[in-house]
Amino acid sequence: MTPVKIPEPQVKQPKESLFKRLTRQQLFIPVAALILLVLFNLIADPSFFAVSIKENSLGNPVLSGNIISVLDNASELVILAIGMTLVTASSGGQDISVGATMAIAGSVILRMVCGGQVTADTMQMNLLLAVLIGVVVTALFGAFNGILVAYFKIQPMVATLIMYTAGRSIAAWINNNQLPIINDIGFKYAGTFLPGIPVPTPIFITIFVVLVFWLVLKFTNLGLYTQSVGINANSSRLNGLNPQVVKLLTYVILGVCVAVAGFIRVSRSGSINYSRIAENIEMDAILAVALGGNALSGGKFNIYGSILGAYVIQFLTTTLYKYDVPSTALPAYKAVVVILLVVLSAPVVREKLARMRKAPAKAAKEVS
Amino acid sequence: MPKGIAVDKQGRLHHRSAMTDTNLLLTITVVVFFLLYLFAVFSLGGSFTKPQNFLNILNNNASLIVLSCGMSVVMITGGIDISVGAVTSLVCMTCAVNLEQHGGNMVTVILIGLGIGLAFGVVQGFLVAHLGIQPFIVSLAGMFFAKGMTTIVSKEPVRVTNEAFLAVKDTRITVPGLGAPNKLGQYIPAYVEVGVIVALLVVILLFCALRWTRLGRAFYAVGGNSQSANMLGINVRRTKFLAHVLCSLLAGLGGILYFLHVGSGDVANGAGDEMNAIASSIIGGTLLTGGVGNVIGTFFGVLSLNTIKRIVSSLGFDEAWWSNITVAAMLCLFLVIQSIVLLRKNTSKQ
Amino acid sequence: MQDGAVLEMRGICKYFPGVRALQDVDFTLRRGEIHALMGENGAGKSTLIKVLTGVYPKDGGEVRIEGVEGPAVIRSPQDAQNAGISTVYQEITLCPNLTVAENMYIGRTKGTVTNWKTMNSGADKILKSLGIPAGPRQQLGSCSIAVQQMVAIARAVDMECKVLILDEPTSSLDEQEVQKLFGLMRDLRAKGVGIIFVTHFLEQVYEVCDRITVLRDGQLVGEYVIEDLPRVKLVSKMLGKELDDMADIKGESGGEAVSQEGDPVLEARELCSSAGIKPFDFTIRKGEVNGFTGLLGSGRSECVRAIFGADHVTGGTVRMDGREVKIKKPIDAMKCGIGYLPEDRKGDGIVGDLSVRENIILALQVMKGFFRPFSRAQAEAFADEYIKLLEIKTASADTPIKSLSGGNQQKCILARWLLTDPKYLILDEPTRGIDIGTKIEIQKLVLKLAAEGKSVTFISSEIDEMLRTCSRLIVMRDRKAVGELGGEDLTQTKIMETIAGGDEQ
Repeated sequence: MTPVKIPEPQVKQPKESLFKRLTRQQLFIPVAALILLVLFNLIADPSFFAVSIKENSLGNPVLSGNIISVLDNASELVILAIGMTLVTASSGGQDISVGATMAIAGSVILRMVCGGQVTADTMQMNLLLAVLIGVVVTALFGAFNGILVAYFKIQPMVATLIMYTAGRSIAAWINNNQLPIINDIGFKYAGTFLPGIPVPTPIFITIFVVLVFWLVLKFTNLGLYTQSVGINANSSRLNGLNPQVVKLLTYVILGVCVAVAGFIRVSRSGSINYSRIAENIEMDAILAVALGGNALSGGKFNIYGSILGAYVIQFLTTTLYKYDVPSTALPAYKAVVVILLVVLSAPVVREKLARMRKAPAKAAKEVS
Repeated sequence: MPKGIAVDKQGRLHHRSAMTDTNLLLTITVVVFFLLYLFAVFSLGGSFTKPQNFLNILNNNASLIVLSCGMSVVMITGGIDISVGAVTSLVCMTCAVNLEQHGGNMVTVILIGLGIGLAFGVVQGFLVAHLGIQPFIVSLAGMFFAKGMTTIVSKEPVRVTNEAFLAVKDTRITVPGLGAPNKLGQYIPAYVEVGVIVALLVVILLFCALRWTRLGRAFYAVGGNSQSANMLGINVRRTKFLAHVLCSLLAGLGGILYFLHVGSGDVANGAGDEMNAIASSIIGGTLLTGGVGNVIGTFFGVLSLNTIKRIVSSLGFDEAWWSNITVAAMLCLFLVIQSIVLLRKNTSKQ
Repeated sequence: MQDGAVLEMRGICKYFPGVRALQDVDFTLRRGEIHALMGENGAGKSTLIKVLTGVYPKDGGEVRIEGVEGPAVIRSPQDAQNAGISTVYQEITLCPNLTVAENMYIGRTKGTVTNWKTMNSGADKILKSLGIPAGPRQQLGSCSIAVQQMVAIARAVDMECKVLILDEPTSSLDEQEVQKLFGLMRDLRAKGVGIIFVTHFLEQVYEVCDRITVLRDGQLVGEYVIEDLPRVKLVSKMLGKELDDMADIKGESGGEAVSQEGDPVLEARELCSSAGIKPFDFTIRKGEVNGFTGLLGSGRSECVRAIFGADHVTGGTVRMDGREVKIKKPIDAMKCGIGYLPEDRKGDGIVGDLSVRENIILALQVMKGFFRPFSRAQAEAFADEYIKLLEIKTASADTPIKSLSGGNQQKCILARWLLTDPKYLILDEPTRGIDIGTKIEIQKLVLKLAAEGKSVTFISSEIDEMLRTCSRLIVMRDRKAVGELGGEDLTQTKIMETIAGGDEQ
């Protein structure tokens, strides 16, 4: 039963403190984490933020520095986090196969541009067409996951466990377990730099993708539908929605995001390693969603929270690298940070903190 | 209320099978395993007819059996723990370093294994049960942490040369009555390793605990509906906490068994075992939604999973990727079967 | 403590963020009495009970229990059970994956080992003695909702308790089962158990209770002996105002002859669905209010669900305004101008975390299409209009609907469908579990809609409510339409007879 509202205006609570209003904001955690990281770096070594112009391997002047590298390297994660947010909202679960399907996307795209050869010096196929094929393939894998979730009512994490297990093997199988390499510079534009532009291309791609989603959310009902379905599928159905189709749609959208992310990843190096490419990225993507203040059990979402969360994670990674944390030990440090973050954002802890702040005020009131 | 309906209701109720979801899924699993194995024996013959071949599935997977049982317990309470594989790896590495560089012995190995498991269990259990953080996120962090710690303990593989340890590792317990003549006609008795005995004990003990103890039933109640369980007077937090402790403790034990089987510490040890454990549990009839499952089923889940892997490789698909693809296909099949069975059961109720 | 009291609550306070759910509430329960706790939705009944059973921590006041020195400390449902308080909640709080017997014993047995044999035989005995049609080994989830609720009651009464709390246990029970429950309550009363009974059904209160405590807006209105408080008084205490509205509404519908000659809006022939109803015919005319009646489980909800396409339609034809239409999914029905307010408000009606505004515009938005979202200003205008029109009590249009009281949630769902401007509106139990004030408002609204030329199908468990609003009733029995009553036949007795099916034999 829901309690009644306080009717009389005079009992209205005193204006909430700024702190409390801030902490209630969904974006409080990622923003606070970002500020903490920035402050830490500022104090420890302000040169962290230095941006300089260096020559890259082709002799072109390009921007270089930790900040650029954060923005650049977070690209795949940001794009995945967007799709992951939608999937989480509509189905109340996460797709843990994104890393594996990124391998598939990369493998398909490389096979297309290499024309089935192991090494190719020029692209054998129009790049756009190759990427499009990659998009179609991963969208189909997304649909496979979506069908299991929506129509067979399998919990998302379990349903996507199938592709998680098989994805990298399928990627290897697509290229007969060979590791194709493309040396065409045109292929690497997307993952490195466009000629004459000093900003890494993935940043532009990310901005483009974010823009597309901003437009989609503004000019369609994707947001309302996914949230409605995620909160109460029964009600949604009785209001004329088809929850299955909506869920399926979000998985297909994630599939498309995966293809874009996979393309960026393979075009960074022009090659692929099936078992290493995008390793553990699904974990980072889920983390980004959670860090953005979205409930992993679905329902309401804030896509910008997830995007911010993705950047925070990459910022953290880059910071750790900077302090010579070996890449293999990185997960341990990340884990500690993650735990600290989720503990601080846990409702129980926040309530306790709020109570601790409230208690003295209350006591003072009672005396008067 | 007209009498007609009541009678109707009653009649339907009494005719419907009294089988619980847990037993229904268990039956499916066991039947599928035997069908699989019979298929292997009759159509592939060869090595599948030898008892030792079957026992080797146990020998190679003693650790996985223990891990999967722990996973099932957490899944029954409606949670998940994806840190078990990494914990296994951490235990192996720490034990190996302890034996080789710090002069440890079997006792310290066991203490280290269980200690690491307990530590992970307590921390993860606290975060899940008392702070209400999603188990997936908590154990994700646990997995990251264990992976990182493993490389911090040692990046290089550590081979164990400790004799007392090797003696235990190489102990073979012959199974009376089983065995087969080898190519020379010599009778070779079939054997199992020490780990298998431990794993079987774990399965039996856990089965009894889940069936008959108050805590065991509380696991099911919490997984079925944690709010209701709370109203029924079960301490939900404590139950969830203990489930995670038990799972991680079993992951620690699984780590010891893994170590006992391979005899070395390596970053790659136990890689992907969390997924194998989840897959085994699901094939064994545990639902990730909680409240339904059984460790006997899980045991058969491990067996089924590894039988199918062997079948596929003996069919000539021995490239590494086929194994993964078959596991995935198997998982897919079982998920769909479960889903259809449960969906149909639920619609027939209305 | 007072003499003879088993339970005393003094000055109980409970705050939720921004609201005072309970303020300084006193409550006394005596040995061997059945004590009704009454109040409108949002009055604080359930909150008081949840405080008493340790589900919510209280923010002030104390609880004393007979035989316990000093204030009792109840921090969890276990503590409550140990203190001799057993509870049956409105929602079923059992575990569907466990067997019936386990659900009856779990959480209250001593010792670490479960003895299945004694448990099953014990459970069997209780089930038989209460006439509950379920076996102890059956999985609870495979029982009907009514049986599950009976199992919950069986569990509660089997405990050696001093205080038994029944929080709206009767809403899913049929008449026979309710009588069985009342018999049980009287037995327990004779044994000296104090029973707290929360219900919305006034008849039930006057049938079994000895004493009434009324709450309003989280505050205590008073405690009364049942003889001293006639129905009308009780209702006015609950509402906090003298009540003439009930008389009003009767006058309106009695005087007005609803058109029988209008054109049929919807005609269904031989309609049947996967929910297991027998094929039925159904017609509704323009400006008509009709209803499906019958006992719970008689198939009345399934009929309207079939009309709306909510269940899988397996046969039959439907004509809207004389033209044949295919309704396979809810969206088809919506496009034909049908609105449907479902029976299960929480499960099928509201979208809990979404705001009041989003809940109100949802149906119209879906009809408008995926690529044509309403602008923010437009949506706000719609929401504000209906919040005002239906007097929905909400802090703002942005408040999540789940934080509203039941009656106000129901008004939001009504607003949702009114916004789509339907030709034909189906209201399945719109008044269940909501307070009397809102009930009357909804009944008035139904008549007003009919006067505007819309057709309405109204379903309610309360026959007098149906009599007040409907001009024609279709009577359901055993998932079959068994009769149609209108005009002169529309009396309580005639309806009862048809439902019971006496004249057919």
